[in-house]
Amino acid sequence: MTAPLLEISNVSKRFAVGSRFSSQGLRIVNALDDVSLSVMPGETVGLVGESGCGKSTLGRCITRLYELTSGSLRFAGTDISSLSTREMRPLRRRIQMVFQDPSASLNPRRRVRDLIAEPLRVHTKMGSEEITARVAELLDIVGLKPDHAMRFPHEFSGGQRQRIGIARAIALNPELIVLDEPVSALDVSVQAQIVNLLADLQERLNLTYVFIAHDLSVVRQVSTRIAVMYLGSIVELGDAEDVFSRPSHPYTQALISAVPVPDVGKVGSRGRVVLTGDVPSPINPPSGCRFHTRCPIAQDRCRNERPVLRQLGASRHVACHFPSAADQAAQAVRP
Amino acid sequence: MKSRGPWATAVRRLMRDRAAVAALVLFVLIVILCLLAPAYAAWANVDPFRSTLDQIIKVNGVDVPVMEQSTEGLGLGYTPIGPTWELGNYFLGADNQGRDVMARLLYGGLNSLLIAGAATLLTLAIGTALGLAAGFFGGLIDTVLSRILDILWAFPVYLLAISLSIVLIAQGIEIGPITIQSGSLWLPIFIIGIVYIPYVARPVRGQVMALRESEFVLAAIGLGVPSHRILLRDILPNVSTTLIVFVPIMMALNMLTESALSFLSIGVQPPDASWGTIIQDGQTLLYTRPLVAMAPGIAIVITVLALNVLGDGMRDALDPRSKIRIGRG
Repeated sequence: MTAPLLEISNVSKRFAVGSRFSSQGLRIVNALDDVSLSVMPGETVGLVGESGCGKSTLGRCITRLYELTSGSLRFAGTDISSLSTREMRPLRRRIQMVFQDPSASLNPRRRVRDLIAEPLRVHTKMGSEEITARVAELLDIVGLKPDHAMRFPHEFSGGQRQRIGIARAIALNPELIVLDEPVSALDVSVQAQIVNLLADLQERLNLTYVFIAHDLSVVRQVSTRIAVMYLGSIVELGDAEDVFSRPSHPYTQALISAVPVPDVGKVGSRGRVVLTGDVPSPINPPSGCRFHTRCPIAQDRCRNERPVLRQLGASRHVACHFPSAADQAAQAVRP
Repeated sequence: MKSRGPWATAVRRLMRDRAAVAALVLFVLIVILCLLAPAYAAWANVDPFRSTLDQIIKVNGVDVPVMEQSTEGLGLGYTPIGPTWELGNYFLGADNQGRDVMARLLYGGLNSLLIAGAATLLTLAIGTALGLAAGFFGGLIDTVLSRILDILWAFPVYLLAISLSIVLIAQGIEIGPITIQSGSLWLPIFIIGIVYIPYVARPVRGQVMALRESEFVLAAIGLGVPSHRILLRDILPNVSTTLIVFVPIMMALNMLTESALSFLSIGVQPPDASWGTIIQDGQTLLYTRPLVAMAPGIAIVITVLALNVLGDGMRDALDPRSKIRIGRG
């Protein structure tokens, strides 16, 4: 078995909100709570969960845009969680990120050429001719024209802008790319193009992806493995197809049952697990299992004891006290 | 297709704004006229900085004394000549020392514009540097800088400017190798430049703080771009629109402040002129020769109005959605 490219071990991230002097005082948001995950070279790990579950925070922790509160990150065997900005710089070229909103992640006052050339200028000693050539090559790789280089981001469509963001991310031939909802801001037809481009690049450039999304059908299409997150923790982890066909955690079941079925004939033929209530506040998370307030099969034990992520089957990990009961409950709703 | 950058777009938008273009033309005209001050004085053969109490000039072929002895009461005191409306020949009359008001108006305008412009540059330079540092680095740097700005901000601008002027006008200043003599034009530039720093630094700080959290700055950090490069390449260009809009508006504010200080004789020192000092000269002649005070007053109004209209137009042209406002609140 090969060594993981990225090892996330017991990572927690807490944010302080408000002020000591406000009426509610200084409050702590537990954005990530003891998250562990390994990413193998060449695979795509899909991170899914609803808004505010910490998936983007995890992505930004991996790229060290946020400092970890605790835990460690190992990239290709090196602990990167406590490296200084300067020590981190040589590793930056190996870990890149693509953001959700390409119109926000591209500086509106710089030309495409400069945007894509920025990583080359910072990390390499390329001359201006080499840079021009490389930018043209990158534009070609992501499916843009060479004369696009002199334009500004606002002159492009959303999909084209995301291509620029991708070109910038692959400029230095990185090993790992964190894709933070790369297609969520795009039209469905454009989504497919970008997803195909990403799959193509992964093959050509030997990339490893961490793919953050809330759209399950997209995640299913691109991921080899899936990590389902709820309120800052991973609740289920496993091979993509496996998790989709046989979800074990009641939250995963609810998520998957909410994916629209593209076949009118099949509507209703499948159980729908409807969750009631809202996601609890990460400022004041529920005791025991974080999900017990909304779980259809919650027991007393769930209210008191926090389930750990434990192995269940060959490649599956679930953080639930009653994963088998969950299976049965899911069976039961099926008519 | 030639791609048009944000600057070119803004210029095009500005050129479509008739009021702004008119204001720009008017302002440029005023600047050119003021720059012609030495030429005008030479052509009119007057020295706008020396008292001439006994000069006789010809108006419509008649000899007229520039300073006419009073015929009322005890016959003490003089009344300067009124406007002749002959260009180059005491067009706007003389002031209480017999100096050509038109020539002084142009020279004074030159000084007023110079002080307002230089003070604007000073305010923008220091304000931008402080705002960038406070907004980008945050933490202790932000706390210290913001409290210093708060102290400046806590004083009413005119009170602070007047207090500084009264202290500094008497003895000048020495900061390290830089010495500013008490009569120097640099003194009002320095004072006016200082008092408006928070007006620039605060909005810049706020914008930088917002930009610091923007995704393209996060992306740059993620790419490993060093801080100074992010500040220069990613943040400064996005603050520059605000800074450019500040130029005409700060110029207008500075002109008013300069006039006020000079009017109180703690700005430009005689024999130098500025629009403020000419108003002060005209104060004693308000009943007999009101134009001496009114001419620079009108000049100030027109210039400030042009600058404000231009500033509004520039703000609309650079970012139609922005809500940059100068002042408190």
